[in-house]
Formats: sequence, C-alpha cells, structure tokens
Amino acid sequence: MRMLKAEDVSAAVRDMIITACRILPEPIYKAFVEARDSETTDSAREVLDQLIKNADLAKATNMPLCQDTGSAVLFVEMGEDVRVEGGLKEALTAGMVEGYDKGYLRKSMCHPLQRKNTGNNTPAIIHLELVPGDKLKIQFMAKGGGSENMSRCTMLTPAQGWEGIKDFVVRRMAEAGPNPCPPTIVGVGIGGSFDLAPTLAKKALFRPLDVPNPDPEIAAMEKELLEAINNLGIGPMGLGGKTTSLAVKIEMHPCHIASLPLAVNVQCHSARTQEVVL
Amino acid sequence: MATYHLNAPMTEEDVAMLKAGDVVYLTGIIYTARDSAHKKLMTALDAGEQLPFDLKGSVIYYVGPTPAPPGKPIGSAGPTTSGRMDTYAPRLHSLGSKASIGKGKRNQAVRDALQEHNGVYFGATGGAGALLAECITASETIAYDDLGPEAIRKLTVKDFPLLVINDAHGGELYAKPNYPL
Repeated sequence: MRMLKAEDVSAAVRDMIITACRILPEPIYKAFVEARDSETTDSAREVLDQLIKNADLAKATNMPLCQDTGSAVLFVEMGEDVRVEGGLKEALTAGMVEGYDKGYLRKSMCHPLQRKNTGNNTPAIIHLELVPGDKLKIQFMAKGGGSENMSRCTMLTPAQGWEGIKDFVVRRMAEAGPNPCPPTIVGVGIGGSFDLAPTLAKKALFRPLDVPNPDPEIAAMEKELLEAINNLGIGPMGLGGKTTSLAVKIEMHPCHIASLPLAVNVQCHSARTQEVVL
Repeated sequence: MATYHLNAPMTEEDVAMLKAGDVVYLTGIIYTARDSAHKKLMTALDAGEQLPFDLKGSVIYYVGPTPAPPGKPIGSAGPTTSGRMDTYAPRLHSLGSKASIGKGKRNQAVRDALQEHNGVYFGATGGAGALLAECITASETIAYDDLGPEAIRKLTVKDFPLLVINDAHGGELYAKPNYPL
C-alpha cells in the first residue's frame, strides 16, 4: 500500500485552485481569439475582446478571472493501492480551504435556506471513484452559480431517442439565453440513472475544449448539437452572433431498458479546471 | 447607437435619453447589492427603517466581489445574474433608484417598472471580473458586513463600461433565440 502525506495532497489542491481561478485554459483562450475573428457584429467582437483582455489581465496581476470563484468541485480517482494519511476527505478539504483563503477567492457556499455563508467555501463537492493502481488523480473545477442555475435534468422515454435529446438540449440553451455568460461550454450526460446523468454531464466539462469524445459516433453528436446551439443566434453575452457555445461535451453510460436519463450542465466561458496526479 | 460618458448617481434626463444598445461609461458612486442584501433592504423598508444609502438616482451593481488582494481596492468584480433580483427591483425603482447593472434577462415586471419610473438596466460583461475591477478606484463596506461577499459596498467607479440592455421606453437589446419556445 502506497501512503501519501496529507500535506502533499492539500498543497496540490491549494495550488491547483489558485492557478485555475487565475489562468484560463489555453484552448479556451485560443477559442476566444478565433471567435473574435469570425464574429460579424461589433457587440460580439467587443465582448470577446473584453474576455481576451480579462484573461491577459488576470494572468498578469493574479486577479481571479471571475468574481464567482465557484463551488469547489473535485473529481477524484483513487487507486485501490494508495491511501492518504489522516484521510482523503480531510486532506482535500484542508487544501481547498487554504486555496480559497490564500488566493483571495470568494467563498460562496451557504446554508440552502438560511443563506448563512459557511465562511470558508466548505464543503467541497467531491466525486470519488476507486480505480486500479496506486495513483491519486484529482481534478478541480471552480463552478460558478450563474451557469449552474441554467443546468437541467430530465427523464426522457426511450422512444424520444436522439431527437428528444437534441430538442431538450437546444431548447435549454435557447431558454437560458444570455444568463449563463455565453459563449458557454455544454456538458451533456446521457444514460446512467437519475443521479448519474448530471454527474456525467459535469464530468464531460473536464475534457479539454479541443478534445472530442473518443467515440466517433458520440463526437458527431457533439458536433451536431454545437451547430444547432450556435444557430440560435444568441451570441457572446446574448448580444447576438455566431458564438453561443464553444463546445458540447457528451458523456454516455448504459441505462435501464425503461429509461433515458438526460442532463445538461451549463458551463460559462470562464471554464476553470486543473488536474494533478500524485 | 450612441456612446455616452455619464455620472452616478444618475439624473432623470440622463436615463430618459438612453436607448437599448447605447454604450455608457459611468463615473461616480454606485452601490453593490445581490440576493441576501436585497432581502435585507426589503425587510428594512417593511419596518420603515432608513436604508444604508440614498436610493434617489442610485445605481445598484449586482456583484459579489472576491476579497481585495493587498494593494487593491477590490478583488475581481464582474456582474452576477440579474434575474434573481427581479423580485426586488420594481420596488427600488418606485422609490427613486435609477439603474441596475448585471447580466442576463429581466422579467416583464422589471421592464414595466423601468418604463413607469424612468429607469434603465445596464449589462456588463459577465466573467470579466479582473477587467472591470480596473475601473473601480475605491470600495467601502457600508452595510450588512455579516453577509461577506454579499455585503453592501459603496464603490467609486471611473469609466465603467456598460451597455444599455433595457431602456425606459420598452427597448431591449438581447437577441431573440432562433428556436420555437
């Protein structure tokens, strides 16, 4: 059994969070530049110019890209032959708290009804998967509330199939309009169960912007959905234009013969993710 | 579509001339408030108490900034989704507030209130928090400190870049999605 020190796990989480909130992933930055060059209206170009300047400024001044530094979402793959001294959850939480504190990041977590802020962004939302091996892989996402609020989950009938999926996803993005800070990235979870579909949709958002699903059939579906969403004409910040979304990412999972679970997890353009393997 | 350099608090004349699509660079004093702060403002109004700032001509920015790093007046400070404040906005406009700054759609009640009380809804670029913070030269928490990021702050802004989304004449800038809803 390989033992990891809790402090090493915490330090990795802390550093990952601070970096994620300040540095926009390169493929997204590149997509902003390409979108700016292809947009035809002044307002769309102006928004994209501001987003490019914002990313440059955040990198140069250590200021967070966006004031909503999110729920701390962690997807963890833990090898069956590795353990963390003092406990994995404790180490992840300590690193998260330190990251939000040292990085001057906003603490957004509160009691759902009393609305009292927990004060240190706890609890982190942790998804844990046990895998073979002795490595610990941690993926972090700073998930903003505005785009999260535009996300939806539904249970389609098997007969509704691909047409039903397509209509639900495109309709959702049409209804969301300017609210989730377009250009968005759209995570889609197809199959699994009522609880698994949204997790798949969120997991899909960790895939780098320029990497399609490895299954060519699913990759074609991603492309078809992206085209349909961009034909909505919502554009950057809802001001009209060709760039409503930068990508659609689908994760699929087998489901019950009676069901077709479907979830859309909307991600704003400030798609802040990082990962580390220990 | 015109470009204006205006001051905050705003005058009736300034608001009346604005049209959806106009670009405005705002300079002066604006106040931050979001979900929990609005709820507290309503409670204060119900109790007949004085609000922490003068609503007359006021511009309310829907924002919960990140903590100010050393040497800066404020942290990252982009707009939050305005729709969550739709419940409260008409009442504030009826009491003299002139404008709000946020991102995303407003409901019919807010659009009606803008027409009835000569108000305006400005959009700022969502997610451009580092860039927008550059236009904020001072920040002071003036109420509800216990709300943390949701406390009410008095901000001094210089040439804060805005777009008129909903004007006082029923105009709206957002694109209508090309899909049967």
